Amino acid sequence: MKQTIRFKLNGDPIQIEVEPHLTLLEVLRNELELTGTKEGCGMGECGACTVLINGRAVNSCLFPIMETDGKNVITIEGLADVDGNLHPIQRSFIENGAVQCGFCTSGMILSAKALLDENPKPTEEEIRTAISGNLCRCTGYLQIIEAIKEVNKNS
Amino acid sequence: MKKFDYLKPNTLEEALSLLNQYGDRAKMIAGGTDAIVMNRQKKISPDVFISLRGIPGLDQIEFNGIFKIGALVTHRTIEQSELIRKRFPILAGASSVLGSVQVRNVATIGGNLCTASPSAETSPSLLVYEAEAHLVSQNGERRLSLESFFVGPGENALDKKEILKGILLPSPPPNSVGAYLKLGRRKSVDLSVVNVAVLLTLDPKTGICERARIALGAVAPTPLRAKETEKILEGNLLDDGIIRKAGDCAKQECSPITDIRGSAEYRREMAGVLVEKGIRQSLVNHSRIV
Ligand SMILES: Cc1cc2nc3c(=O)[nH]c(=O)nc-3n(C[C@H](O)[C@H](O)[C@H](O)COP(=O)(O)OP(=O)(O)OC[C@H]3O[C@@H](n4cnc5c(N)ncnc54)[C@H](O)[C@@H]3O)c2cc1C
Ligand code: FES
Ligand code: FES
Repeated sequence: MKQTIRFKLNGDPIQIEVEPHLTLLEVLRNELELTGTKEGCGMGECGACTVLINGRAVNSCLFPIMETDGKNVITIEGLADVDGNLHPIQRSFIENGAVQCGFCTSGMILSAKALLDENPKPTEEEIRTAISGNLCRCTGYLQIIEAIKEVNKNS
Repeated sequence: MKKFDYLKPNTLEEALSLLNQYGDRAKMIAGGTDAIVMNRQKKISPDVFISLRGIPGLDQIEFNGIFKIGALVTHRTIEQSELIRKRFPILAGASSVLGSVQVRNVATIGGNLCTASPSAETSPSLLVYEAEAHLVSQNGERRLSLESFFVGPGENALDKKEILKGILLPSPPPNSVGAYLKLGRRKSVDLSVVNVAVLLTLDPKTGICERARIALGAVAPTPLRAKETEKILEGNLLDDGIIRKAGDCAKQECSPITDIRGSAEYRREMAGVLVEKGIRQSLVNHSRIV
């Protein structure tokens, strides 16, 4: 039986009816049509489905939708500002050649955001740890690490 | 995937009563990083998940003469807790290498123990600290040493209608040092091939080992204390000869299996290597009181 849940999605309060056995990833992609969040493994291994819940990076493929009730969820669609200007992390990824096919990118950027919000000038080791749950099959990690390092370089 | 209902009780009493009501049709869920994966792999297929995440207090770390870590405390919280890092660094070290940040942000210590995997990250560290499991059911509460909590691969001592409420941790004696070592196939986001925790209490004047606690994971049906190895260390100065003897003894105390992560022979050999390395590393940390 469908149940009603309320949560904040990219800053806006929403209320939806959901089947309780679904994951947050399934609801985001199939019901809310926010397809920026990707499904890779569906098992918590690859990080393509990473979103922020109350500011923390989480694999949405393992996150029961019912646990979203009352939470604050940020997906890649919530990063650009209202005028469509990209977030500094997104810009840095582009400028540093950290995107090839883009399948890992949403998750990488959200893992980077969780890190930088907590620790604006992380060491390379801290960056590596923060993205250890995000697999990239094409760009290579060096450009991604570089892009994350560059975000707050001049601030 | 089969449909299921998802119930989120707000009190422990309510959770226990739901558990009674649904019996075998229900499965508890904490962070879900094992439960959701197992459900997807069809290893379990409950009609109802009973979430423990809405129960207040279970996600707290408390000190009341004895340290108590609630079952719903996440590995991320343990990894980042100043208190745990200072008082129980072997546990903090274990939680900090479990899965990825995304997994640690939701996965709980209670879930790690209840899954009762022989390779569970936090088991060896909790065994060397001589932790107890605090269990609760409608009939009351009981405490069980962690050693008797693990029954077999994937099997714990919980009664069907019991919930793990938390872990009780006595403080180790003063002048204790220790280490946690995990051997995986890759550096991060991988289960252990072998994991080892070492806790040594040394006489500050002579350096003689007064008390030793060694625990091994992924080398037997359950995580285990290597008690013969401990005996070799206790009462002795930890020189190269004794350390090597301890490593050899640890190899004899395991009964590993061969699986995709490693052969039985490799696991046995590496258990010895890691015990030696863990002891040496603990001695280097000598100045740090655990
Ligand atoms: C990508 C990935 C990487 C991983 N890496 C590691 C690793 O490196 N090392 C490692 O040890 N594990 C690893 N795991 C496994 C898992 O994350 C841990 O075992 C975790 O601690 C489980 O906690 P949870 O809260 O998610 O448990 P859940 O999945 O919610 O529950 C697990 C089991 O315990 C039961 N349960 C949970 N809480 C209670 C309670 N309080 N009382 C009674 N029963 C309870 C549930 O019914 C279920 O059977 C990994 C998992 C994933 C997906
Ligand atoms: S799709 Fe969620 S971690 Fe791979
Ligand atoms: S850019 Fe293709 S997987 Fe990372």
